[in-house]
Amino acid sequence: MDRRTVLKSFALAALMAGSQMGTASAADTIKIGEINSYTSLPAFTLPYRSGWQLALDEINAAGGINGKKLEVISRDDGGKPGDAVTAANELVSRENVSVLFGTFFSHIGLAVSDFANQRKIVFVAAEPLTDALTMEKGNRYTFRLRPGTYMQAAMLVDQAAKLPAKTWATVAPNYEYGQVAVKVFKELMSAKRPDIKWVDEQWPAMGKIDGGATVQALARAEPEAIFNVTFGADLTKFIREGNTRGLFKNRSVVSLLTGEPEYLDPLGDETPSGWIVSGYPWEQIKTPEHEAFLKAYKAKFNDYPRLGSVVGYNTMKAVAEMIRKAGSVDTDKLIAAGEGLKIDSPLGPITFRAEDHQSTMGGYIGKTAMKDGKGMMVDWHYANGADYLPALAEVAKARPKN
Amino acid sequence: MSFFFIQFLNGLASASSLFLVASGLSIIFGVSRIVNFAHGSFYMLGAYMAFTLVQKLSGGTVFGFWGAIVLAAAAVALVGAVVEMVLLRRIYQAPELLQLLATFGLVLIVQDLVLVLWGPEDLLGPRAPGLKGAIDIFGQSFPQYDFVLIILGPVVLGLLWLLFHRTRWGTLIRAATQDREMVAALGVNQAWLFTSVFTLGAFLAGLGGAVQLPREAVNHVMDLQIITEAFVIVVIGGLGSVLGAFLAAVIIGELNAFGILIFPQLTLVLTFLVMAVILVVRPWGLLGKPEMVMRGGGGVERPIRPLTQRGRNVAFAGLVVLLALPMVGGSYGLSVASEVLIFALFAASLHFMMGTGGMVSFGHAAYFGLGSYGAALMVKYFGIPMLAALVTGPLLAAAAALVFGWFCVRLAGAYLAMLTLAFAQIAYAVVFQWSSFTGGDNGLIGIWPAPWAANPVAFYYLTLALCGGGILAVRRITFAPFGYTLRACRDSALRADSIGINLSSHRWAGFALAGFFAGIAGSLYAFLKGSVFPDTISIATSVDGLVMVLLGGVQTLTGPVVGALVYKTLHVTISSYTDQWRTALGVIIIVLVVAFPQGISGFVQGRLTRSEPKEDAA
Repeated sequence: MDRRTVLKSFALAALMAGSQMGTASAADTIKIGEINSYTSLPAFTLPYRSGWQLALDEINAAGGINGKKLEVISRDDGGKPGDAVTAANELVSRENVSVLFGTFFSHIGLAVSDFANQRKIVFVAAEPLTDALTMEKGNRYTFRLRPGTYMQAAMLVDQAAKLPAKTWATVAPNYEYGQVAVKVFKELMSAKRPDIKWVDEQWPAMGKIDGGATVQALARAEPEAIFNVTFGADLTKFIREGNTRGLFKNRSVVSLLTGEPEYLDPLGDETPSGWIVSGYPWEQIKTPEHEAFLKAYKAKFNDYPRLGSVVGYNTMKAVAEMIRKAGSVDTDKLIAAGEGLKIDSPLGPITFRAEDHQSTMGGYIGKTAMKDGKGMMVDWHYANGADYLPALAEVAKARPKN
Repeated sequence: MSFFFIQFLNGLASASSLFLVASGLSIIFGVSRIVNFAHGSFYMLGAYMAFTLVQKLSGGTVFGFWGAIVLAAAAVALVGAVVEMVLLRRIYQAPELLQLLATFGLVLIVQDLVLVLWGPEDLLGPRAPGLKGAIDIFGQSFPQYDFVLIILGPVVLGLLWLLFHRTRWGTLIRAATQDREMVAALGVNQAWLFTSVFTLGAFLAGLGGAVQLPREAVNHVMDLQIITEAFVIVVIGGLGSVLGAFLAAVIIGELNAFGILIFPQLTLVLTFLVMAVILVVRPWGLLGKPEMVMRGGGGVERPIRPLTQRGRNVAFAGLVVLLALPMVGGSYGLSVASEVLIFALFAASLHFMMGTGGMVSFGHAAYFGLGSYGAALMVKYFGIPMLAALVTGPLLAAAAALVFGWFCVRLAGAYLAMLTLAFAQIAYAVVFQWSSFTGGDNGLIGIWPAPWAANPVAFYYLTLALCGGGILAVRRITFAPFGYTLRACRDSALRADSIGINLSSHRWAGFALAGFFAGIAGSLYAFLKGSVFPDTISIATSVDGLVMVLLGGVQTLTGPVVGALVYKTLHVTISSYTDQWRTALGVIIIVLVVAFPQGISGFVQGRLTRSEPKEDAA
């Protein structure tokens, strides 16, 4: 080992040091970190990004928060929890963001939530549906906007229980979301309708449904009604096979998320009619707050909003409002502001409950129908999330004591 | 009864689609030995092109529809031909599996391309004109279109048989499948033969994708969904055997159709269980023949040598940089550095298996992931301290490697590789499904380092000590008598056997050691991320490992370290700057493959040793 090599290695080290510098933030902006699965789930996350961008523009156009502009630094996690944690670490350690928000997949939401807990930074989860996020694995740093799996299923049960059907079958993707949705639906239904019998369940692997075989297996059990949890490409395949093979003829179907434009629009003229679904009938919502949102969204992106757009918009608004109310970016003050935080959203006012940090954002429940070869929702109403939140006793029991 | 018949037909319909894709893959592998990872991308492109062409051309007529389907397949064939001529032709002479790396780059690029050209939403194409309805069979409805698929499979099989047995081109292909050097020696233009085979394979994949149009929504994850299944079918059927691929497709198709009736929860793993059983019973698949060695192509390999003085200097300088890093790194920089070190050990352990041991693994993530779970589960359930968990993790990984390895080392080449994949998938399914114990897909969270190691600097030094130590240990073993014996088993099984070396027990031990070191990396990874999810065992992780080893160069010991450094750093930095990071990464990988067919480290080493006195590589 000669001296030149030593010098070289120190030069290299110095070079690496240089690349770490020069990221000091300007004092008149508040930096916020955002992470989502943009490349692995673009159908949902790209409209979602448009949503938070619109909200960000509106906030900054109105003068920002407490005189400071908001700046969002966004990262793609590629659908991998490990990469999401790396991105979160980069945003917190290098970019010095004050708050994190985003994520779609439940396991990624949990990973980032646990990171937030470890690093003591506020994380507003936009989309992950798993109940664990606010229940068994909840922590004081994590807030969640969208109604969780329990709430989603509970909203549908009110309508489903009114159906005359006594024998039910279920079909759900074989992972936590599907499993919990089926479990909750069964429990709540059986409580309301003790006469119901569950005759079959199918668990296709997520993204790999064998449409024909699954449809045939369900038909064999001859249920009077079916509860479906599949979505995306699985749902499309399931519906097309089901239509061809007459599975849905004279059968009631209750289906989670199917009314969301993300999943309804690709169905086109295959849209089944009369399914009880949760979704987002954006073209029919006539409240002033939604019309304002719709107009602004269309003007900015020349496209119509998906449910993801609303989720992104609301999450950004919630983050901004939290900072404004706290009057600072101090984590403890942000948490205090976040508990009970009220915001106005295109779907009406929503509140983040203090006990479990779950928002009261609700969903639209209605029936599917077809018009001009396109799917739409009819007979819908807005189910307020506040009416479907898990009972406080349950929350107290499930959430770890801090 | 009628129900089972219909379910049987359902299985056949799925089998046909699988067969189209798998047959193309099998033919390409049989002749050119290319493990075409981009085959799923061809399938996806076929579906997207069919979507566009059917809308533009068909006008709702039967002729227009099928014309558009064939045209879509032809367009994909054209893409395949271009890929072969522009890219693959340059790297046939490279060491084994390097083509896999190039096709992996293609996969990344096509994923972005599809998103840009066709947008993010799923696209549902029209039903086939004249075949929109269902036929009544014993009182059950069965789609008319599925009948077409059921017929299409055997028809394509027949046409391929005619092509291979009744044309001169087919004769040449069969000859090349058996012995391509001999075919070349007889004056056949190999370049065009390879191009035509690759084009045919791409055509079949494109056709497989295009005929899916009336069955499912075209979407941008179709590529990865089909590719593993296609590999499974090719291997079950026997590499290069088209008839075997057909049989295997029928088996898998029926298995899925009936499997969901008996084990609706096991859909994830059934295919791989069956593949494992078949490979254990028939090591060359159903209709395959004992494989010629997959190695070679790169000429005579330079034997691995201990470092020269200059090499030692470089290594020492590297160590100084690593030790000095915390002075300048910052906490994020250090955590990235820790991640690079972890993957360097992971890649080194994989390299030990495939480079030194000659056993290519497509499922090395199993040991990485089980290492993670071995550590995380102990922390979660027994609250053991971090240091103890860093022991239990690798032990679990090594135990799994002992069990899986016992089966795997009896196989060779691609069959061995696929059996490792099968075991990895089985491990994945166990972790994924056993949610009461492993947390299922929601994983285990809260696995943070002990207070003394929580500081990024402390954790970095811990990682450096363990991973650096691990890499040195792997290196030391390679130069120990055991390592020499392992290399002997790799280079000449026959000679090693005849001088009394117990081949399978040496390879078995090598396999378990590789698993152990991967387990160290995995258990550190759990603490680095604070959580463990099934995706640590996923195919994506295995592929990452392969990419690192190949990028660095299979034939050098520094290769995996360099590969991990380059790949991880590129991945982390590019994805911070652009949404199109997949294209960027794919292009860089392809450029590197073409520029350094021996891997980056192999290239550097080649340059350095050129000036030194030449030694004959006997």
